[in-house]
Order: sequence, then C-alpha cells, then structure tokens
Amino acid sequence: MDNAYTWGTVAVIALVTALIRFLPFWIFGGKRKTPRFLERLGGLLPYAIMGMLVVYCLKDVHFAEPGGFVPHLISCLVVAVVYLWQRKTLPAIVAGTLCQMFLLQVVF
Amino acid sequence: MKKIAKKAFFATLPVLTGYLVLGFGFGIIIKSYGYGILLAFAMSLLIYAGSMQYAAIGLLTGGASLFTVALTTLMVNARHLFYGLSMLDRYKDAGKRKPYLIFALTDETYSLVCRDEPGIPEGSRTDYYFLVSLFNHAYWIAGSILGALVGTLLSFNSEGIDFALTALFLTVFLDQWLGTKKHAPAVIGVVASLACLFIFGNEHFLIPAMLVIALSLSLMGRKESKHG
Repeated sequence: MDNAYTWGTVAVIALVTALIRFLPFWIFGGKRKTPRFLERLGGLLPYAIMGMLVVYCLKDVHFAEPGGFVPHLISCLVVAVVYLWQRKTLPAIVAGTLCQMFLLQVVF
Repeated sequence: MKKIAKKAFFATLPVLTGYLVLGFGFGIIIKSYGYGILLAFAMSLLIYAGSMQYAAIGLLTGGASLFTVALTTLMVNARHLFYGLSMLDRYKDAGKRKPYLIFALTDETYSLVCRDEPGIPEGSRTDYYFLVSLFNHAYWIAGSILGALVGTLLSFNSEGIDFALTALFLTVFLDQWLGTKKHAPAVIGVVASLACLFIFGNEHFLIPAMLVIALSLSLMGRKESKHG
C-alpha cells in the first residue's frame, strides 16, 4: 500500500471538502452586509434543499422490479403518516426505518 | 448549558442512528481493503463527508490521480455550497466557534441547524449549533472506528437501516412544509431535482439541479422584492 498516495488523497479530499464549505462564508460572510438577494435566497433555500436531499436519498430507486421502489414508497408513507399524526421527528424516523428494514430483509 | 446540551442531544438522536450505521459500514469496507483503523479515524475526523468517504475508497483502490480525486470531491460535495449560503446569517456571530461550525456542516447537521428549534434562547443559539455539530461529528467518528474495529466479527443484518437519514430529511421537509404558507421553494426543490434526475441520471443530477434551484429561487426572490 502506497502510504504517501493514500494520505495525499485523503488530504486532497479533506481540503476540497473544507474549501466548498468555507467558500460561501469567505465570499459573502465578511464584515460587509450580506447582499439583499442572498439574504432572500438564504431564506428560501432550506425549503428547496430539503426537497433536493429527499430526492438525493431516493436516487437509486428503480422500477425494474417491485423491490426497487415499493419498500421505499411504503416506508416514506409510514414516515409521513406517523409524523403528521404525532408531530414528532423521532417516532416517525424509527417507524419508517423499522418498516424499511422489515420490507427489504423479509418481504422483498 | 446543560439544558441546551440535552436539547441538542435529543435533536441529534436520528443522526446518531444513521451515522453510527453508515460510519460503521464505512469502517468495515475500508478495513476489508486492508487499510487501518488510523485511516478510518483520520478520514472521518478530517473529511467528515459521508458519501464522499465511500467514494474515496473506490478512488484509493483504483489509484485515481489527485486531479481526479479533487474533481470528484467537487462534484460529490458541491451541494454543501448551498448550506453555507443559507447559513450566512445564522453563523454570523458565532465567534471563535465559527470555523468549526462551517467545517462540520454536513447534510444531516444542516438539516438540524437550518430551522429554529423552539425553546432555544437567542443568546444560546451558537451553543446549540456547536453542540449539534460536535455530537454528530462524534457519532460519525465513533461509527467508523467501531466498524473498522469489530465490523468483521458482527453478523447483524442491517440492510435498510440507512433509511433513517432519508426519514430524517423527510420529516424536516414536512416540518418546513407545515410551518409556511409559501410552498413554491419546496415544490421547486423537489420538481427540479426529479426532472434533473430523469434527464441526467442518478450519478450526475445534483449539480444541474442546484443550478436550476438557485436560478428559480433568485428570480422568485427578485419578483417578490419588486412587489414587496
């Protein structure tokens, strides 16, 4: 195992990842006031990002066989129903995850 | 401080589950390729980006050039640009802890700090953000070390348990949906991502989706500010 290569790779990934995370703050986070349009964008982004992240998590869903999408669909519905009913995050996540594990391991 | 810590801990419980499991999986895989616990620990401590660490294993074993490594990291992690953009104000007055807060801004941490947690006084916000970030980071590191350490000894079928993170994002999405009357940004996020997923495929859809979202929301914000 080439040690220098391994640690070099890790260093590059760490640096680029940190760079991406710091960049917006370096560009817009100085002493000057945040530009108006960014303030608005920043206020609207969380709503859009969560939608994007949900899609991102489900990006490998496929329709070639029932096992590729039915478990995810049912488990998401379970999360939604439990959350809308209890209005608590934890029970919804636990119920949805147990449902997904059961469906993937036992049913499909 | 104790009350804030308790709140932060309970808020991070879903992440605890997800990170222990995903970190564990990462530890197992990296060990199975002959890398040591030290590397698993260093990566989770210093990179701290789940999907990228999984991708890194492929890059390492494939002997990818450092340029390819940098480019892949840029593509996989570009979405983090968004988190910074929408946390500019919240992290503005974080003082000495700001660099760590920014460094530790993962998908999951973002999903917890991008909304107002009820019962956190204005002056304790930074403490709360800091503890949420720190706890999540600790779970991730613990998971990967455990995975590298004992992963091969355990035979527990955990298939499907990573759904915990999908479920977390879904509950945050629902929470935000119920908390506002303006659903356009949420709809844009979902529709743009789905459209780009169909057009560009599951490996390459994130960056085009981000561009479409940023553009649509900017136009929307401009229109609103003209009317308001």
